[in-house]
Amino acid sequence: MSGQAVIIGAGQAGAQGAQSLRAAGYEGRIILLGEEPAAPYQRPPLSKAYLQGTLSADRLALKPEAFYAQNGVDLRLGVKAAAIDRKNARVAIEGGEAIAYDRLLLATGAPPRRLHCPGTELTGVHYLRTIADCEGLRPVLAGARRLVIVGAGYIGLEVAASARKAGREVTVLEAQARVLQRVAGPEISAFFESLHRAHGVDLRLGAALSHFEGRGRIERAALMSGETIDCDAALIGVGAMPAIELAKDAGLAIDNGVTTDEHAATSDPAIYAAGDCASHPSKLYGRRMRLESVPNAIEQAKVAAANMAGGSLVYDAVPWFWSDQYDVKLQTAGVAEGADETVVRGDPAAARFTVWSLKEGRVLAVDAVNDPGGFLAAKKIIAAKTPLDAKTLADPATDLKSLAS
Amino acid sequence: MPKITYIEHNGAEHVVEAQTGVSVMEAAVKNMVPGIDADCGGACACATCHVYVDPAWLEKTGKAEPMEESMLDFAYQPKENSRLSCQITVRAELDGLIVRLPEFQG
Ligand SMILES: Cc1cc2nc3c(=O)[nH]c(=O)nc-3n(C[C@H](O)[C@H](O)[C@H](O)COP(=O)(O)OP(=O)(O)OC[C@H]3O[C@@H](n4cnc5c(N)ncnc54)[C@H](O)[C@@H]3O)c2cc1C
Ligand code: FES
Repeated sequence: MSGQAVIIGAGQAGAQGAQSLRAAGYEGRIILLGEEPAAPYQRPPLSKAYLQGTLSADRLALKPEAFYAQNGVDLRLGVKAAAIDRKNARVAIEGGEAIAYDRLLLATGAPPRRLHCPGTELTGVHYLRTIADCEGLRPVLAGARRLVIVGAGYIGLEVAASARKAGREVTVLEAQARVLQRVAGPEISAFFESLHRAHGVDLRLGAALSHFEGRGRIERAALMSGETIDCDAALIGVGAMPAIELAKDAGLAIDNGVTTDEHAATSDPAIYAAGDCASHPSKLYGRRMRLESVPNAIEQAKVAAANMAGGSLVYDAVPWFWSDQYDVKLQTAGVAEGADETVVRGDPAAARFTVWSLKEGRVLAVDAVNDPGGFLAAKKIIAAKTPLDAKTLADPATDLKSLAS
Repeated sequence: MPKITYIEHNGAEHVVEAQTGVSVMEAAVKNMVPGIDADCGGACACATCHVYVDPAWLEKTGKAEPMEESMLDFAYQPKENSRLSCQITVRAELDGLIVRLPEFQG
């Protein structure tokens, strides 16, 4: 089969898509379009090692330069897709010539959700998604007096940890009653709250930002309560929004992301979507979900690419994610929403434990703190839908390894 | 630069000149050695960078830390000489290192 596959978005899913198209034997041209100037790179270090300055830029790249030429991937950087013309099967390019496709992969990611309060335009107010964002933030770690972080999600907390490591004063504002509220249960929240406080973070829960103040530069953050916090930098980490504009304008179905079927195809059979921008039907959980994680971008792009090349793979992997803060590794398998029971194994006080979220004798999700073995066992148990009751799990003598095999 | 030999499950050999300071996983990825997925990019979170260290080199590479050890239990066909290649740093004394790749990752 020859033809022309176009991939919009040269990030984690886009790069994987190109690789997997070739791996699946696709013989046509592959054009990979990226709005950013950098070739596909890893984002996780942007809040961790790269932000801290312990990882050099060349180690962020997902593929060596030679990969693209060797695999016949036409990587076009600094190129923004402006519209999809489905009738004529063309992608319009901002300031350039339209590109024809017979297979199209949307891998546009999910840029940060913006706040619209006064003061977000001040110098010193940051978001974090790209290398460029990270480079803007690095001087803050080198010399800010106080950094205010809005939002205690993964990115906010990872940047808090990196900034504390660099010796900066950090205040974290979280409007909800606990950290990581959207993604983790109360046991995990409590653990990370004490972890950050023990490392000297001024963590304020139930504290909503009103706006930022300053003359040209940020000077303070004002809370809804009327209190103000002096600072010379701020990071806004209040979630991400799937980049769906192209898909929406082209009339593709949207449901909290570009709607795909189990084969990663959108409502147009010539167009596929993968990664942070896509919402897929999970058989495992019996509902539609949109995930923001590296493993999801990789696995979904593999499925999309194989199917673009004529296969019929189904995407139904167990969602998973990791986060590194200070010397603590958190790994999450599955999605806990809807759980009616939780079991803690191990000892939170010793900073090594797992939290199991169950529903009707089935494991929905597991959060593992400094227990990657427990995490890998959990991932297998969730995938196999191994029946497990709370009593068995709570018994320290229960051998997870044998349950997982 | 230290030379590292990666031997795929099918016997194909890849000899790579690795920069010191990077991991054995990164040296493979940089040189497009197939068979190491490294989904987490070296965060010691995914266990898809599993290799078997040639027994003659085990002393020089050192043993897995407990966290890594607990992950190897869940790798595909773990053995005595299993390691996660993202946890081995390339050093001058590893010049000549031989690692073999499992049939599957993860
Ligand atoms: C700071 C940070 C830390 C993270 N840490 C972790 C972690 O520890 N573990 C984990 O699993 N995940 C982590 N993630 C999430 C993970 O990086 C994402 O889930 C992953 O990158 C998603 O891949 P993607 O290809 O969907 O999107 P991206 O990697 O964001 O790639 C999308 C690309 O598409 C481009 N694009 C968009 N629109 C267009 C257009 N119209 N034309 C051309 N190009 C376009 C964008 O510029 C972007 O480069 C982190 C993310 C961030 C930002
Ligand atoms: S690359 Fe993920 S554990 Fe080694």
